[in-house]
Amino acid sequence: MKTLPIESGLLLAGVLFTLGLISVLVRRNIIFMLISVEIMLNAAGLAFIVAGSRWAQADGQVMFIFILTMAAAEVSVGLALILQIYHHLKTLDSDAADRMNG
Amino acid sequence: MLNSLWLIPTFPFLGALILVLVGSRLSRQVAARIGAGSVGLAALLTMAVGYDFLNSGVGAYQYTAWNWFDVAGLSTSFAFYLDPLSLIFIFVITFVGFLIHIYSVEFMKEDEGFARFFAYLNLFVCSMLILVLADNLVLLYLGWEGVGLCSYLLIGFWYSEAKNGYAARKAFIITRVGDTAMAIGLFMLFSIFHTLNIQDILTQAPQVWVAGTSMAVVIAFLLLGGAVGKSAQLPLQTWLPDAMAGPSPVSALIHAATMVTAGVYLITRMHTIYELAPLAQLWVGIIGAVTLLLAGCSALTQFDLKRVLAYSTISQIGYMFLAMGVGAWSSAVFHFMIHAFFKALLFLGAGAVIMALHHEHDMFRMGGLKNKLPVIYWTFLIGAASLAALPFVTAGFYSKDQILWLAWAGEKGNVWFFLAALTGAFITAIYTFRMVFITFFGKAKTQVSHVPGKRITIPLVVLSILSVFGGFIELPHTLGHFTLFSDFLSLLLPSVSLREGVESSEWILQGIAGLLALTGVYMAYVFYIRSPRISDEIKSSTYVLHQFWLQGWNVDALYNFLFVRPFVYISTLNKNDVIDKFYTMLVRATEFFNGVFVKTQSGILRWYVMGIVVGAILIITISLFVQP
Repeated sequence: MKTLPIESGLLLAGVLFTLGLISVLVRRNIIFMLISVEIMLNAAGLAFIVAGSRWAQADGQVMFIFILTMAAAEVSVGLALILQIYHHLKTLDSDAADRMNG
Repeated sequence: MLNSLWLIPTFPFLGALILVLVGSRLSRQVAARIGAGSVGLAALLTMAVGYDFLNSGVGAYQYTAWNWFDVAGLSTSFAFYLDPLSLIFIFVITFVGFLIHIYSVEFMKEDEGFARFFAYLNLFVCSMLILVLADNLVLLYLGWEGVGLCSYLLIGFWYSEAKNGYAARKAFIITRVGDTAMAIGLFMLFSIFHTLNIQDILTQAPQVWVAGTSMAVVIAFLLLGGAVGKSAQLPLQTWLPDAMAGPSPVSALIHAATMVTAGVYLITRMHTIYELAPLAQLWVGIIGAVTLLLAGCSALTQFDLKRVLAYSTISQIGYMFLAMGVGAWSSAVFHFMIHAFFKALLFLGAGAVIMALHHEHDMFRMGGLKNKLPVIYWTFLIGAASLAALPFVTAGFYSKDQILWLAWAGEKGNVWFFLAALTGAFITAIYTFRMVFITFFGKAKTQVSHVPGKRITIPLVVLSILSVFGGFIELPHTLGHFTLFSDFLSLLLPSVSLREGVESSEWILQGIAGLLALTGVYMAYVFYIRSPRISDEIKSSTYVLHQFWLQGWNVDALYNFLFVRPFVYISTLNKNDVIDKFYTMLVRATEFFNGVFVKTQSGILRWYVMGIVVGAILIITISLFVQP
C-alpha cells in the first residue's frame, strides 16, 4: 500500500489551521468564528493522525478522540453563549459584545 | 522603712494615673484630695525614710524594684539609690511640691482643667523623683525626659491661646538641644565603662582616666550641654522667661524650685567626672558667672512680675553653676535648697498678687498692695529679702555668701568669678526690691478683686519660715561655724580646699557682700519710692540698652537669625523634597503603563485572538531560535 508522504499531510493540516485562524480574525459573525475554531481543531487533529500513522503509533488516534470530545463540549458551550448573545443584543456581531470591556 | 523607698515616686504616679483615667468624672474636691494627697503621702514617707536613713548610719541605700531590660551587655534595672544628695533633693521636691499642690487647689479652683492640672503636676513630681533617685543613667534619663514632657504640658496648660502653645514648644525644643548632647554623652560613657550604673561609673572613672583626659573633658562637656538646657543657662536660657505662660504654681514648682535645678543635680551627681576634667569644670563656672550677670541685667528692666522672677531664677542657678565650677559642690546644693524655698515662695506670692488683681501681670499697674494684702506682702518681703541675701537674718545670705567666699578663696576660684558673683549680688538686691517697691508700695492702680484664702496663705507662711530659718543649718566660720549641711554631704561630695593665706579675709568679703546687698536695697528705694523721677530719667536716657535688656539681650532675635531663618530657608528650598522625587517617579511610571494596558482591554474579541496569535508566534519563534 502506498503511503502518503508525511510532509503533504502536515502541509494540509497547516493550511487548514491557517485558514481557520485567519477567518477567526476577520469574521465578525460569531457563528462563523465558531466554525473557524472547529476547522482549527480539526486541523490539529489531522496533524495528530498523520504523525500517528508515520510512526505507526496509536497515540495520534487517541489524541484525536480527545480533541473530538473537547470540540463537542466546546461547541455546546459556544452555542449556548451565542444564543444568549443573540437574545440580549439581537445581533450576531461579536464586536457588539464589547460593553464589558473585556 | 528604708525598703519602702520605691513608694515615694509611686504615690504621685498612682495619683497621676487615677486623675488621667477617671479625673474628668471626679468632683473637684476628690480630684484635689487625690492630687495633693498623693504628694503629701510621698512627703510623709520621705520624712520616715529620711529618719530611718539617718539613724541607720549607712552611707547609701539601694533598692532594686525590677530588671527593666537586659540587652547586649546593657543591663538596666529599675533601681533607686538613696544617699544624702538624693535625700535632700527628694525632701525639697516632695515638701515644696506638696505646699504648691495645696496652693494650687485654691489657685486653680475656677479652672476647667482642674483634674488635668493635678494629673500633670503629679506626673511631674513622679518624674522628678525618678530623676533624683535613679540608680543608673538610663533611669535618670527617663525622669529627665519625663520632667521635660510635664514642663511642656504645663507651660501649654492654657492651650487655647496660641502664644502659650508656642512657649511650650519653645521650651521643649530648646531643652531637646541639650538633651541630645546629654544622650550622646551617655552613649560615650557606656562605650567606655560598659555600664550606665552611676556608682560604678564614678568608682571606675578615676582608674580609667587621668585628670584632664580629653575623653573625660568631652563627656563632661556633653553632660554639661544637657544641664544647661534643663537649667536654662547660657546659651540655652531663652525658654525660661517664656515658660511663664504657664499657671503660677507651675512656675513655682517646675521653673524655679525643682526641674530647672536638674542640671545642678546631674553635674553634682557626676562630680567625679568633672574633677577629672578641669577644663569642663572651669567652663561650668564661666557659664554660671556670665549667666548670672546677663540674667540679672535683664531682670532689672522687666515689667512683668513673673518675668522678673524668671530672670532671677536663671541668675540664681547661675550662682549654683558658679559654685560647681569652683568645686563647691555642697554650697551649690545648699543654694539649690534655699533657692527652692524662697523662689517657690516668691512665685506663689506673685501668683496670689496676680490672681488678686484679676490676672494683671504688669508691675507698674499694681502698687499699694502693702495694706490690702498684708500676709502676701510680708511673706513676699521675706522671700525677696532672702533672694537679695540681706545679711544675717535671711537664709539666702548664708547660702550665697558661701558661694561668694569660695569663688574667691577656693583653689579653683579666681578674682573674676568673685567679682561676677559680687556684682550679681548687687544687681539681685536692686531688681528684687525694685519689684517689691513697685508692686506693694506707692499708689494703688488696680483694685483688689479677690482676697486669697487659707490654702494660699498657709504655704506662703510655711515657705517664708523655711526661707529664714533654712539658712541656720549652715553657718560660716566667722558666724558661729555651724556646718550641719556640709557635714551631711561631706562623705559624698569633696569639700573645697582653700588657697593659702585667705582665711583672714573671710569676714571682709562677707561685710562687702552684706553692704552691697543693703546698698542695692537702698538704691531701689531711692529710685522707685523717694524720687521715681530718677528712674524714669535713667530709663529714657538709656532707652536702647533698656530695650536690649528687656528682650533678654536679644538672644531670641540672634537665634532667630542664626538658626531659625537658615532652617526655614533650607526647608523652603527643599519644599518638594528631593528624595520624594524618586518615589513620585515610580508612581508616575506605574500610572503610565497602567494607561497603556487599559487601552488593550477593548472588549473586542478579535483583538484578543490577535494578541494570542502574536504571543504564540513570538514564543514559538523564540523557542526555535534560542537553544536552551
